[in-house]
Amino acid sequence: MKYALAALVVVVLILHHDIWNWTNKSLVFGFLPIGLAYHAGYALLAACTMAVLVKFLWPKELDA
Amino acid sequence: MRPEWIVFAYLAAVLYIGIFAFKNKAATNGEDFFLASRKLGPAVFLLSLFGTNMTAVAILGSSGFAYQRGIGVFGLMASSSAIVIPLTLFFIGTRLWGLGKQHGHMTQVQFLRDRWEMSGIGTFLFGLTALMLVPYIIIGVMGGGDTLETISGGRIPYAVGGAIVALVVMSYVFFGGMRGTAWVNAFQTTLFLAFGVFAFTILGNTLGGFDTIMAQLASKPATATLLSRERIPPQEFFSYMFIPLSAIMFPHIAIMCMTAEKVAHFKKTVVLYPLCIAAIWLPSVYLGVVAAAKFPGLTPGEANDVIIRLLAENAAPALAGIFGAGIMACVMASDSQILALSTMFTEDLFAYYGGRKKYGQKGEVVAGRAFIVAICVVSYLIALQLKDQAGIFELAIRFAFSGFAALAPIMLAALFWKRSTKWGALAACLWVVACLLANWQLTAMSDAKAKEVFKPAPKAAPAPQPLPTPQPGGGAPTGAPGGKPAGPRKPPPPFEVIEGNPVFLRGPVNVTVGGFLPVFPMVVGSALLMLFVSLGTKPPSKETIEKYFPSKVKK
Repeated sequence: MKYALAALVVVVLILHHDIWNWTNKSLVFGFLPIGLAYHAGYALLAACTMAVLVKFLWPKELDA
Repeated sequence: MRPEWIVFAYLAAVLYIGIFAFKNKAATNGEDFFLASRKLGPAVFLLSLFGTNMTAVAILGSSGFAYQRGIGVFGLMASSSAIVIPLTLFFIGTRLWGLGKQHGHMTQVQFLRDRWEMSGIGTFLFGLTALMLVPYIIIGVMGGGDTLETISGGRIPYAVGGAIVALVVMSYVFFGGMRGTAWVNAFQTTLFLAFGVFAFTILGNTLGGFDTIMAQLASKPATATLLSRERIPPQEFFSYMFIPLSAIMFPHIAIMCMTAEKVAHFKKTVVLYPLCIAAIWLPSVYLGVVAAAKFPGLTPGEANDVIIRLLAENAAPALAGIFGAGIMACVMASDSQILALSTMFTEDLFAYYGGRKKYGQKGEVVAGRAFIVAICVVSYLIALQLKDQAGIFELAIRFAFSGFAALAPIMLAALFWKRSTKWGALAACLWVVACLLANWQLTAMSDAKAKEVFKPAPKAAPAPQPLPTPQPGGGAPTGAPGGKPAGPRKPPPPFEVIEGNPVFLRGPVNVTVGGFLPVFPMVVGSALLMLFVSLGTKPPSKETIEKYFPSKVKK
């Protein structure tokens, strides 16, 4: 499980570097640049990743 | 009603909350004054931890930076923080909480001194972190002066505004200690989270719709690049991923981690933290880009207050005042840094070198309060001297963020690697100092030439105007996003700081190492030194290792 979670974190860190959006100027919903929309979604992904870590990798010894 | 009156009403509310609202009795011991007796509840813990990390950089710096560099600033600074900071809180913050509770530590240096059986090196580490924290505090005073001056239309000069902010912060930190500061931070965080939503909604209506503005920006080659990441070199984008490592090494964040009543408070904090970051940074970055369409031609220094300009010109004065209070909430986040410096001074110097034995717990609190007054006065005087000399954002990045990020490997080693040694920590610290000094020297060496090479075109230059191209050197682009005042020539590429040496390149603002920000080699070098010097030196005693790694030793 630890390795799977480590891999998850690495993948999330890599996803931060969305080189495919570098020069893309298109707008989502007509007002939101796609690069900004992607990274807003990335913040959501970060929250989900942390929820997974809390669920499966919480340092239980500190709860005592 | 003048907007500044609303800001004053806000400052009065902050003073009341910080000094009176949650104060049961006068603090008579250090743990109560500096750590709120380690009894903060989950909501206050999350809001104050987040609020203490959001300074003038979040609102003023990010919108000013986005004005120059475009929407990529969100990925550069916010979404990278959205993953890295919660990770550090999860892995480092929880452990610091546990060790603080178990062994009574109140500062990072207290823990590291005990963990590696060191004394003088701990004092050196105190000096280094304190020195890097001071600019952060100055930013708060500068941001306060800027905000009050702008929001009042110049009726309150920068010097007076800065003094008012410094005095208010000093007062509630002095009287309220950690409890007062945490509650003020929680109140401020609530306010600036609401700020983003309101600013976005109201400006969207008054400016005639964001879709129109975005179409306007996209239609001109000079501003279209603001809608993508073209103004940010890939190496710089990569380097910025290391900057959020600084968060957990900032003493105010580390100390704040020890104030939670239960470790379970971290659970919601690390999950909600990325969402809070998005809520505050998205509107700031977006409005910074919007401002490029409305106020073309501002210099990097002038661009720091674009969000206030937008509000002042497009919202009713009363609303502008409310927003000004929201911005003030961000710039006043320096309260935690002031308290942290005071805690460090009291615990790492005063108490450690005999002050507690001689003057007792009460004397410790008195020393901490005296230090709060001193640091506020000094920061204010420095803020006066530095006015208009450096952008808020650059000042923070250059002197604090990179240095603290490069200290993160030390904390990781202390917590997770029992073979690590104080000599490894010292080597890493010296590396950080050397890098900061070298960076300062290279910047100073190239300043005169940079001013000449990257000199902005005169504002009165006739149209047509050129594209304000970003600099791979990592600085803000020359020229202006709006395309009005920039000169006719294409901005030159970064130049070699030392002729014939292609490694150190100078852009308009800073020196890079092969295109990467100095933070990248600083973090890598610090980690390597920590590793190799530790392996080559004697580890702490068996008793100490057993104290910090009990289960592993028992095996």
